[in-house]
Amino acid sequence: MRAIAVQKYQAKIFVTLRPSVLDPAGVAVQSGLKQLGYENVDQVRIGKYVEVTLFADNEEAARHDLDKICDQMLANPVIENYRFELQQIQSTVGVS
Amino acid sequence: MKFGVLVFPGSNCDRDVAYVTRDILKQPTRMVWHQETDISDLDAVIIPGGFSYGDYLRCGAIARFSPVMQKVVDHANQGKLVLGICNGFQVLTETGLLPGALARNRDLHFICDRVPLKVENNKPAWSQGYQKGDIITLPIAHGEGRFYADDNTLAEIEGNGQVVFRYEGDNPNGSLNNIAGICNRQGNVVGMMPHPERAADTMLGSSDGLNMFAGLLERVAALV
Repeated sequence: MRAIAVQKYQAKIFVTLRPSVLDPAGVAVQSGLKQLGYENVDQVRIGKYVEVTLFADNEEAARHDLDKICDQMLANPVIENYRFELQQIQSTVGVS
Repeated sequence: MKFGVLVFPGSNCDRDVAYVTRDILKQPTRMVWHQETDISDLDAVIIPGGFSYGDYLRCGAIARFSPVMQKVVDHANQGKLVLGICNGFQVLTETGLLPGALARNRDLHFICDRVPLKVENNKPAWSQGYQKGDIITLPIAHGEGRFYADDNTLAEIEGNGQVVFRYEGDNPNGSLNNIAGICNRQGNVVGMMPHPERAADTMLGSSDGLNMFAGLLERVAALV
């Protein structure tokens, strides 16, 4: 018998357009802010925020899976970058 | 020539495509549900326009992982024919069968219009019904059709002659190098934002798009 710890993590994932890719939605928001009087706004870039909770043996395993999840589906590496913040939210200990 | 038209939840040009291949060209055509895993009977696969999986996450991002797309990759790797129209083009870039990506239109508008296109390359089977340099007019209807690729990829696409169609005159969506449609290096996979199937019956005002489909049959006839 050995104890197996399974951790639960929450990832906060930020997907952003690569700097070289034009962001017309960001430009439109920026011009709206100018209309509001915020002449000091230099640039607006709009991205996506995704929350994922997942189970993994440890933080390294969770990061490994999240990198694959982002590369394969959540971000398109041709036009987007991603980063994520990882937080352990729960741990359960089972016995096998 | 047997055609298959993929149907995802949210596809909406599938029946328009089937009307062209089945009703106008009298070719065997079947609708292929996204869960299917045997498409070995097909000579040509067409991925139609629409909003597969609601365009959630990114256009084409989720369709890419559907069971049928794994088989379309095999089909393409065997050198068989694949055409992606509009959302189908987005699916092909997401899948990696074609280079680059389709980003939000430069001016944010969803554009529904008819635009002139120049035929840049008529070597692919799909475009061989045209002459190089032909100017044709096809409908476009998209919000995310701005072709983008990094500098190296773009240089490769141009260097290999992979641009099939370019917007002639005004660039409607900000596509790099006015690109409206491209092919893979082998030429058997073509993706394009304009809708040839919507301009294939003169009753609807134009048949400029018919040669995308009719050209294939001439080639097959020539081979036989």
